[in-house]
Amino acid sequence: MLHLATIDGTFHERWLRIITLADHNTRVVLLGTTILGIACGVIGSFMLLRKRSLMGDAVSHATLPGIAIAFLVMTAFGGDGKFLPGLLLGAFVSGVAGMLFVLWVSHSSRLKQDAALGIVLSVFFGLGVALLGIVQRSAHGHAAGLESFIYGKTASMLASDAMTIGIAAAAVVAVCVAFFKEFGLLCFDSEFAASQGLRVVALDTLMMGLVVAVTVIGLQAVGLILIIAMLVIPAASARFWTDRLTTMVALAAALGAVSGGVGAAVSGLAPRLPAGAVIVLVASAGFAVSLLLGPARGVLPRFWRHRGLERHVARQHLLRAMYEEIEHARASDGDHPSSRQPVSIDVVEAHRSWTSRQFRRVLRRAIRNGLVYEAPDRRIGFTDEGFGIAERMVRNHRLWELYLITHADVAPSHVDRGADRIEHVLGHGMVAKLEALLATSGGAGSVPPTPHPIETLGPATTESSDETGGASR
Amino acid sequence: MTWTTLDTWIVIVAALGAASCALLGNFLVLRRMSMMGDAISHAVLPGLAVGFLLTGSRHSFAMFVGAAIVGVLTAVFTEWIRKFGRVERSAAMGVVFTTLFALGLVLIVRTADRVDLDPGCVLYGAIELTPLDTISVLGFEIPRAALVLSIVLLLDIAFVIVFFKELQISSFDPELATTLGIRSSVMHYALMTLVAITTVASFESVGSILVIAMLIVPPAAAHLLTDRLRSMLFVSLGLAVISALLGHLSAIHVPGWFGYRDTSTAGMMGVVAGALFVAALLFAPQHGVTSRAARRFLLALRITREDVLGLLYRLEELRSAPPRRTTALVHDALGTGRTLLATAIRTLRHQGHIVRDGDDYRLTDRGRSRARDLIRSHRLWESYLHKHLAMPVDRLHRGAEALEHVTGARMRDRLEESTDRPAIDPQGKPIPPSDELPSNR
Repeated sequence: MLHLATIDGTFHERWLRIITLADHNTRVVLLGTTILGIACGVIGSFMLLRKRSLMGDAVSHATLPGIAIAFLVMTAFGGDGKFLPGLLLGAFVSGVAGMLFVLWVSHSSRLKQDAALGIVLSVFFGLGVALLGIVQRSAHGHAAGLESFIYGKTASMLASDAMTIGIAAAAVVAVCVAFFKEFGLLCFDSEFAASQGLRVVALDTLMMGLVVAVTVIGLQAVGLILIIAMLVIPAASARFWTDRLTTMVALAAALGAVSGGVGAAVSGLAPRLPAGAVIVLVASAGFAVSLLLGPARGVLPRFWRHRGLERHVARQHLLRAMYEEIEHARASDGDHPSSRQPVSIDVVEAHRSWTSRQFRRVLRRAIRNGLVYEAPDRRIGFTDEGFGIAERMVRNHRLWELYLITHADVAPSHVDRGADRIEHVLGHGMVAKLEALLATSGGAGSVPPTPHPIETLGPATTESSDETGGASR
Repeated sequence: MTWTTLDTWIVIVAALGAASCALLGNFLVLRRMSMMGDAISHAVLPGLAVGFLLTGSRHSFAMFVGAAIVGVLTAVFTEWIRKFGRVERSAAMGVVFTTLFALGLVLIVRTADRVDLDPGCVLYGAIELTPLDTISVLGFEIPRAALVLSIVLLLDIAFVIVFFKELQISSFDPELATTLGIRSSVMHYALMTLVAITTVASFESVGSILVIAMLIVPPAAAHLLTDRLRSMLFVSLGLAVISALLGHLSAIHVPGWFGYRDTSTAGMMGVVAGALFVAALLFAPQHGVTSRAARRFLLALRITREDVLGLLYRLEELRSAPPRRTTALVHDALGTGRTLLATAIRTLRHQGHIVRDGDDYRLTDRGRSRARDLIRSHRLWESYLHKHLAMPVDRLHRGAEALEHVTGARMRDRLEESTDRPAIDPQGKPIPPSDELPSNR
């Protein structure tokens, strides 16, 4: 667990030196973690969409026995047990073995993928621990450094390590770009991919092989456990911002790069900040922001959209209720059809089953938007704009009701609720189609009469409202 | 190495921990949440750190409580992210536990001069050392871990017994549970709380690898071995205890075979559990890979045998010019593998259904009777599909071809009734009557 402790001086000086990349060590570490972040973000996106986010977890634990065996083999042949490429090769081989075991168990037995992942994770890790135990208790046991794979040793990264990471990560990204279309198809609809002649199993194995590769090269940088975070978090964050695969992969790569770079830089600011952990925390902060604000699936944008729709619907309900009351009053009083006398607030409120608080809020908003004005005696009336909207709403509502009655064989007493939902989303094209289909007698623009009695608290009884419906035709 | 009291205690402590984990693990595996144990055991690090910072003792109750709280929070946060962010559960889990682990790591490292808390020790556990930390109960010196884990195991057993029905229904069918008035989410969080408590209590003594392994591996193996929840629970407990015993034994002895000294008991227990799982995966009677392959092979063999009989019967029907050299014909007409076909023909000859006569295979009377039943099924199915499902004539053969192998005598009778006992099938071929004596030719 090392860190950029070589940088001394005040906070300000350290900050400046990191920002300006004054130290060679800083440059190497920042470059390495940034590139790793890009590779993790890209391959992590595909894993997230393939619903295999925790594959990195199983694979990263599964590398441990490979590392121990590689050490044992290399020392047995009299070599240096900590020869890095040898250890990485061992890690890669046992990672691939673990990955294939996961795929095999989840394909060939009744167990689901989560159980397969857990089994590989724990059994391989157990084997690794047992082998490390053997290594440490054996005669030539200067194996103390092997555990650094578990926690990472970001800050002691050498230029050659950064180079290794860079080359491997670039290769992973290149393969992902080359197979972008195939991987995308595999993630979204693997059966369709198979029917298109893609070799699904081979592609799957390739994709997971890339995961193993990224995991193995990431071991050095952020460690066995925290590499999982790099594979999961940037991709999961990117998912909140977009519904397009290309954008998501690019965003995940960017988020991974920023987390890697910023995390490594921040860990250099204070003594005893493990770089791997800080990188993860930076990525998590990005996730929290995305979870809340991501425009495509974030919590707040979804909430706002939902509230906007609710307000829209409530306003249209208010306008329609007022219109129907006016229509009713005008018919029973024998007024001129185009008159729109203000109606009583209480009558409108009783029109629908809303709480008085809801109703007051809806009414206040409608007044603020200039659709409704307050008249004396607790009455409300339409402005011109409000009346236009109300007329259109009622018209849509009744067109749909007529459609349900004539074309869908719904009883007139049941059409109101169906139309109540659909009226808010009827577009111009749909309305035109309905008009053509129903050949409304009044011609375009006129409001057809209601096909069912409307309950009102107005002066007349419901029976008369039914009659007036017919009379106003 | 000789077996000492120390070894006995190690096995007992490990078995207690393994049993408590495996018992709850059954429900995690059934709910497809196997990775929860992994997530919790990593995520508790900040809880341990804070508990340690507050009390300054490595065996304090505060550490236990802190870890258990963070463990439950892991489950809660995962559910929140899953629900509000519409993120898949495993991804949500990955985000939560890695973040908490990173937080714990920073806490520990930042306070390293005051804290002597080795993350490695937390993760590996030190089961070899547990027997040294004893407390006195009723005058007996027993390891503290044995006492703690016994209490946890009893708690888990009590929970499972009391809420067996609720756990069962909500694990297999959460919707049904909700309609029956069982609050699935309450059961979920109760289970998660117990998993957190068990995980924290066990990995303090046996290490997190063993906890994760025992939560998943014995229940997964038991799931392959049995179809009943009750027996699955018992089988998984048995496997967990066996893993503990064999694991410690092999930790002492196996490295010796390769000229090394002993190794980590916890690691070897995981390996033994894994070996038991692989054995179950390969050889489980119902769901094992081998037995499934064997069943598939036997089915394929039966179908091939029946196809051979059917083919020979159809050849006999061509009375005007019965073709010669039917051996070659059979090999060409049936598109099955050579080995399968050869095996099928060998068993048919062995059972006395066919005989070989130079270049010809001939049906024996016994074989002809069996073949007639098959052809009868086939052509009755064709009539049925044509009459009741209005299937076009050119598609009838394929449908009947699949169904003829799974049709018995009663089914044939019912088919005959519902097709008004036709004499010929829709393609004009005669349907052999059922009561025809085998040797009237």
